[in-house]
Amino acid sequence: MQQVLLTIVLAPLIASVIAGLFGGIVGRRGAHWLTIIGVAISFVLSAWVLRGLLLGDVLPFNETVYTWGVSDGVHMAVGFLVDRLSATMMVVVTFVSLMVHIYTIGYMHDDPGYQRFFSYISLFTFSMLMLVMANNFLQLFFGWEAVGLVSYLLIGFWFTRPTAIHANFKAFLVNRVGDFGFLLGIAAILFFTGSLDYAQVFAAAPAIAGENIEIFSGRPWAAPTLICLLLFVGAMGKSAQVPLHVWLPDSMEGPTPISALIHAATMVTAGIFMVARMSPLFELSETALSVVLVIGATTALFMGLLGLVQNDIKRVVAYSTLSQLGYMTVALGASAYAAGIFHLGTHAFFKALLFLAAGSVIIGMHHEQDIRRMGGLRRYMPITYWTALLGSLALIGFPGFSGFFSKDAIIEAVHASATPGAAYAYACVLIGVFVTALYTFRMFFLVFHGEERMDDHARTHLKESPLVVTLPLVLLAVPSVVIGWLSEEAILFEDYFGHALRVSPDHDVLATVGLHGTDPGYFLIHGLMAPPFLLAMAGVFVAWWLYLHRPALAPAIAERFGWIREVLVNKYYFDEFNERVLAPAVRGLGQGLWKFGDQRLIDGAIVNGSAKLVGWLSNVTRQLQTGYLYHYAFAMILGLAGMLGWLLLTG
Amino acid sequence: MIGVAHYLTLAGLLFTLSVAGIFLNRKNVIILLMCIELMLLAVNFNFITLSRFLGDPAGQVFVFFILTVAAAESAIGLAILVVLFRSRRSINVEELDSMKG
Repeated sequence: MQQVLLTIVLAPLIASVIAGLFGGIVGRRGAHWLTIIGVAISFVLSAWVLRGLLLGDVLPFNETVYTWGVSDGVHMAVGFLVDRLSATMMVVVTFVSLMVHIYTIGYMHDDPGYQRFFSYISLFTFSMLMLVMANNFLQLFFGWEAVGLVSYLLIGFWFTRPTAIHANFKAFLVNRVGDFGFLLGIAAILFFTGSLDYAQVFAAAPAIAGENIEIFSGRPWAAPTLICLLLFVGAMGKSAQVPLHVWLPDSMEGPTPISALIHAATMVTAGIFMVARMSPLFELSETALSVVLVIGATTALFMGLLGLVQNDIKRVVAYSTLSQLGYMTVALGASAYAAGIFHLGTHAFFKALLFLAAGSVIIGMHHEQDIRRMGGLRRYMPITYWTALLGSLALIGFPGFSGFFSKDAIIEAVHASATPGAAYAYACVLIGVFVTALYTFRMFFLVFHGEERMDDHARTHLKESPLVVTLPLVLLAVPSVVIGWLSEEAILFEDYFGHALRVSPDHDVLATVGLHGTDPGYFLIHGLMAPPFLLAMAGVFVAWWLYLHRPALAPAIAERFGWIREVLVNKYYFDEFNERVLAPAVRGLGQGLWKFGDQRLIDGAIVNGSAKLVGWLSNVTRQLQTGYLYHYAFAMILGLAGMLGWLLLTG
Repeated sequence: MIGVAHYLTLAGLLFTLSVAGIFLNRKNVIILLMCIELMLLAVNFNFITLSRFLGDPAGQVFVFFILTVAAAESAIGLAILVVLFRSRRSINVEELDSMKG
């Protein structure tokens, strides 16, 4: 078993190293074959492990593979914890990664950095697997930082574009803020439990529930609340929750396969996965759950609204990703961890599909990304059209599609939740359904239907993308449609994750949701009558009315509610706030510390000051050395007199 | 009656005078040498006085030694002075500050 897990992790790493360091020797074909084979091995073995776990052939694995160091009783080790939760994530990650690898052959066909790109995405697969399979916080942090690094490298993949460099810098900086909280959270865990191992920490968790810590004197914090809030700051950075979301839309400067793999399907869900993994800790703190719930709900609704005014096809999908991540976070806040992970899985498939479809459109349009200059592509790109339609339906939660089951479960769970803030969250996610449908089909209609707004030159070159592009689309469309139907009952209601997720009985909202029926058929019928379905249909209808039926209406509405549009186009002024307030404040602090703290205090007073003091002292004593004979003689006599006097007085 | 206190006072005065001479003299190295001699003489005076007073001739023997050494020292001092004058063309104490730090 250990060999299997090591193979899963190391196959992409070895492929990545070879493709990266020996790209010139193995060539373009060699690079993509090597990395695809590496990831395929990982996928097949992951699927085998998951199957074994589901059938009961394989027992959950939790062992240390290699101890890196022991310091003061703290074990720093590489170890794997593979239960159903991590195995599910492994399958999702490796499958989407495999699809993206194949797709990249078509998308990056003419790029000079071909081998480098394959090396990076394979490295990403390795890092993500390390993160998911970790059995201790140190390895989790390693994977966490490694995926962040690869994300940085890939956003800035086209490093000659200033916007790409700006975007990857921004992503890196914002993630540092989150990671700082995350690191503090890990430190707090070490402080309270004395261990970094998941199993030991979770075993010690109930014992620390009553402990307090005074950060500011007179203000005791409950230990679990502190730990969970700090960990969640990390999740906010990685999973792009308000207000640390600003990097994700900009990350669309990277190549489209990366947007699909890292910034939609896998890396950004690391925060969700982490919180679910830490469920034994989060269950101890009502406050932390409430914060998670409110932040998730805010992200789900308000980021979705931003999707309405974007014109870049990738940015629309990016804001949709933000919004869906908000849904997952809401599920975590409502203690419906299984629903959150379920949505994570279904979202990985349909959002990767939508991104890759968007990429296919971009290839067809010769790297034109503005949806106002598209339209009517249905005729030219039938496979892309149909797969994008399936993806869009899954995204808006059309009954029967995978997104329907997961999103409906979340909405129902929030409805049943009693965590403070649940009412606000319920309102947000309900309105969010309408908004999701509206922006999704706005984009869909503008791209694939309506009049053809591109210029003649682009039109003559329009054709369906090659097989390496459309094959992943089709392969991703299949799970986007059926995965919900197949796994809904097992994941949500049948203790699928076993001991991996811990929900305290009074938080068990999924049980409430499942009171009346748990099978997909019941869900479907129930869903057809529930408000989310009606809201989604209303959204699609409004999109059709505004953008196909009466195209003149949309600009008129935008004119009428100009100030709302202004706020949305400026993304609630988060960037302005950061640039005008936070950045100058931090820069000012840095300047102050540099000019005063470093130059004046350390350099001026301590380093140069001590040297100057010695110089001054020696200058003074130098004056004693006059060179005049009589001075020396006089000094001798004085000394003699002094000594004699001393002798007389004391002796 | 002239007592031992008078002799010692005279010796002290001579010593003080020579110290003042060393310090106040700004002109001539020869005067410096003379002052040093005077200082030694003052010490000798003390030796003789106390030797006589205590009835111990050892003090007077010391005086012979000191006189001999002082003569030798003066000879060396004057020799240095001559060399100094040859190289610096001056025996002005004010100008002799090459040991200045």
